[in-house]
Amino acid sequence: MSKHSVEDIKKSVKVYIGVFAALAVLTVVTVAASYLDLSFGESFFLALTIASIKGTLVAGYFMHLFTERTAVLAVLGLTFFFLITIMFLPFMAFTDQSAI
Amino acid sequence: MEIPYNVEERQDTGMFNGKLGIWLFLASEVMLFGGLFSAYVFLRMGDVTGAFNSGSSELNVPLATFNTLVLISSSVTMIMSWVSLKLGEQKKFKQYLGATLLLAAVFLVVKYFEYTAKFHHGIFPETSTFFAIYFTLTGLHMIHILGGMIVIFYFLVPGSKMMNIEPERFTNRIEIVGLYWHFVDLVWIFLFPVLYLL
Repeated sequence: MSKHSVEDIKKSVKVYIGVFAALAVLTVVTVAASYLDLSFGESFFLALTIASIKGTLVAGYFMHLFTERTAVLAVLGLTFFFLITIMFLPFMAFTDQSAI
Repeated sequence: MEIPYNVEERQDTGMFNGKLGIWLFLASEVMLFGGLFSAYVFLRMGDVTGAFNSGSSELNVPLATFNTLVLISSSVTMIMSWVSLKLGEQKKFKQYLGATLLLAAVFLVVKYFEYTAKFHHGIFPETSTFFAIYFTLTGLHMIHILGGMIVIFYFLVPGSKMMNIEPERFTNRIEIVGLYWHFVDLVWIFLFPVLYLL
């Protein structure tokens, strides 16, 4: 995302404003959803789904990941693998503990 | 000696060196915050005292919602400063970057009030496992905000001289600062529901 024509940049400004509006609306939706009478599991799933959508918008548009080079995507792909691994460690620990 | 590939793209990576550098740094940041999020999950799963439910109910959701909107706005002003540079509008660049700095300061001021309110109520990291991870995660995030502010201030005042001498290189630098700033915003997007709403 380093070669841009003036026209491309002007078009992308509209996208950025749209993303900003979506992020603001989703923030309000997240807070509103937290007042719903849901179980912890349901609330957890809903909150993380909305946060993931917001995160994708920021990473994809503001950080230009949707149009980024393969080298960056490769670095992030590897990072994501280790992130998922580290996030599952607590579950593995508790499963292991309950097996004793 | 001239530093290579700070403007022109390398053939093998397809980008200037600084950009790959910041992405490698951000990858390490993902793991740093990822480790702490993992610690959060571990502590929450092992919480038999109800510290997480009672702890998060003591946090100020309206203030945190306001701060979320402030940080999202700062991401927009940050990218608009880069867009302004791309379009050669230097005055607008300074206005947008200045707005980003101001919004970052607003975020920290709000956080200051949140922290002091907790301290006045006798709530500290040692209070419970919830507040231990709350202060660790939000504290580390605040340090990142502060670090970003220092860099933004540098490019707004002393570092802006490069804007006229090497405009393309300066634009690349702002793109890199922007990537860092959006990452800080991204972390808060996950911190907010995890700490305040669940």
